[in-house]
Amino acid sequence: MTTYETLRHAADSWGLIYLTVLFVGIVLFTFRPGSKDYAARIAQIPFKEDDTHDKK
Amino acid sequence: MKFNSETFALITALFIAALLAFFGSLAGNDALFRAHALVLCLVLSGTLIYVLRIVKFEPAGASAPAPDTSGYMDGVVRYGVIATLFWGIAGFLVGVIIAAQLSWPELNIEPYLNFGRLRPVHTSAVIFAFGGNALIATSFYVVQRTCRARLFGGDLAWFVFWGYQLFIVMAATGYLLGVTQSREYAEPEWYVDLWLTIVWVAYLIVFLGTLVKRKEPHIYVANWFYLSFIVTVAMLHIVNNLAIPVSLVGAKSYSAFAGVQDALTQWWYGHNAVGFFLTAGFLGMMYYFVPKQAQRPIYSYRLSIVHFWSLIFLYIWAGPHHLHYTALPDWAQTLGMVFSIMLWMPSWGGMINGLMTLSGAWDKLRTDPVLRMMVLALAFYGMSTFEGPVMAIKSVNSLSHYTDWTIGHVHSGALGWNGMITFAAMYYLVPKLWNRERLYSLRLVNWHLWLATIGIVVYAAVMWVAGVTQGLMWREYDDQGFLVNSFIETVTAIHPEYVMRMCGGLLYLSGALVMVYNIYKTIRGEQREELPVGGTTQATIPAE
Repeated sequence: MTTYETLRHAADSWGLIYLTVLFVGIVLFTFRPGSKDYAARIAQIPFKEDDTHDKK
Repeated sequence: MKFNSETFALITALFIAALLAFFGSLAGNDALFRAHALVLCLVLSGTLIYVLRIVKFEPAGASAPAPDTSGYMDGVVRYGVIATLFWGIAGFLVGVIIAAQLSWPELNIEPYLNFGRLRPVHTSAVIFAFGGNALIATSFYVVQRTCRARLFGGDLAWFVFWGYQLFIVMAATGYLLGVTQSREYAEPEWYVDLWLTIVWVAYLIVFLGTLVKRKEPHIYVANWFYLSFIVTVAMLHIVNNLAIPVSLVGAKSYSAFAGVQDALTQWWYGHNAVGFFLTAGFLGMMYYFVPKQAQRPIYSYRLSIVHFWSLIFLYIWAGPHHLHYTALPDWAQTLGMVFSIMLWMPSWGGMINGLMTLSGAWDKLRTDPVLRMMVLALAFYGMSTFEGPVMAIKSVNSLSHYTDWTIGHVHSGALGWNGMITFAAMYYLVPKLWNRERLYSLRLVNWHLWLATIGIVVYAAVMWVAGVTQGLMWREYDDQGFLVNSFIETVTAIHPEYVMRMCGGLLYLSGALVMVYNIYKTIRGEQREELPVGGTTQATIPAE
């Protein structure tokens, strides 16, 4: 098989499965039990800042 | 600026670089390289003279107290805001000029100011100069606030800022001279590309370093978007610009790829420049400034994470939709089309996330034109990310491709989404950065908002009409199987739309000029006496 064909077959079989599983895993992890409270807490990060500027 | 070892190094570096550029302008292999090196030499010499004039040479021992580096580093963000406004006006103005050139070809002043040379000046000025400066400035602002840490690397952030401006100047002057490698949105030749690579790596170091020394345990999602933008643009820029220069002192280079591979590399770059420069980076802005302006956390933080990863997983595959019905293998075209359609979901998820942040606070839209601008930006984000996948469908593309419909689509995204979210971020930032109580005038923000909106609507609508007209005329056959229209007939048919498009651009430019005036007055610390936007609640008046 040529390099092109090897890469192409790798991409549309194992490559595709790997990326799909990884993505589904990320989504499932995002919605794991208990993540809701954590997400609500970290969504507040922009409001925690102290507005100290360097005075120039 | 105080004279010390750092300023000495800066002066030496500028001197050597200017000298090298001077030699380049004498010994260059071709006239274009010599001219471009002369431009560089003049720019660097001017900078050198300016630095020498502002450096204070004091006797040893008479040292001023060291600058306070305990707080956030905002000087470079202030410069970034000014640069964003400056390049914005420049880019919009060139846009109006080239729109006029398309309407009245006599306005093409050869050779330096014809359409072919001014068009990349426009696209690079609005995307990389206006958008890029906005991204660098806001990312520096946001990463410090959400990490509660000062920028990493000290003056490296200043190198990123000034290095980027040099890149812009070299790119723009190159286009006018005729130096181009003819790759869309990546026209600068190899030596300018190398300089941008150096600046971009410095940018990555500043951003990553700040993330590493953060005091906040979690990395806020806006920084994920900014980081993906910086990393992906580095990858795209390097691969797309792989080329062999003809000579190390010559302006011309040849791409490392040939034929359809070269075409696909260009559109892999081109579409992901849209995906990661104009989408991911600006979403970083959205995820910080919309919650701040609405004074509410993002509607769903978990949705923002899914939004992020779906964009990352999907966007990179969508590029082939720019090469429908070309020599690109059919499966690759279909792949690009399918991934483009799948992009509907994360795009709309993100838009809904931004808009729903206002849920329970919609009344703020009545009184806060800056928030109104952000909502409009999100609405245009939703509209153009709906239109894009439609146009990526092969059968639609067979009508829309190569027509002005594409131009209309790009501008509803760029003017509506990128422009509006940037303006809103600037209106948020300026009072904070210059310690002003409020903007000079909220009513002027409202003027800007409507001038810009009407401008975009006019632009997009007439380009739809122009595009569909062109597409239908190009594909019209008579009963003998001959094409009915000559090309020039399709051009004259859309002349009125071209003129109206220029008017839409003029409206958008005038809105931006209103913004510059408003921000200038704000920085000076003035406040306009005016009735609040949305009116005041009428006190009940007893009946006579």
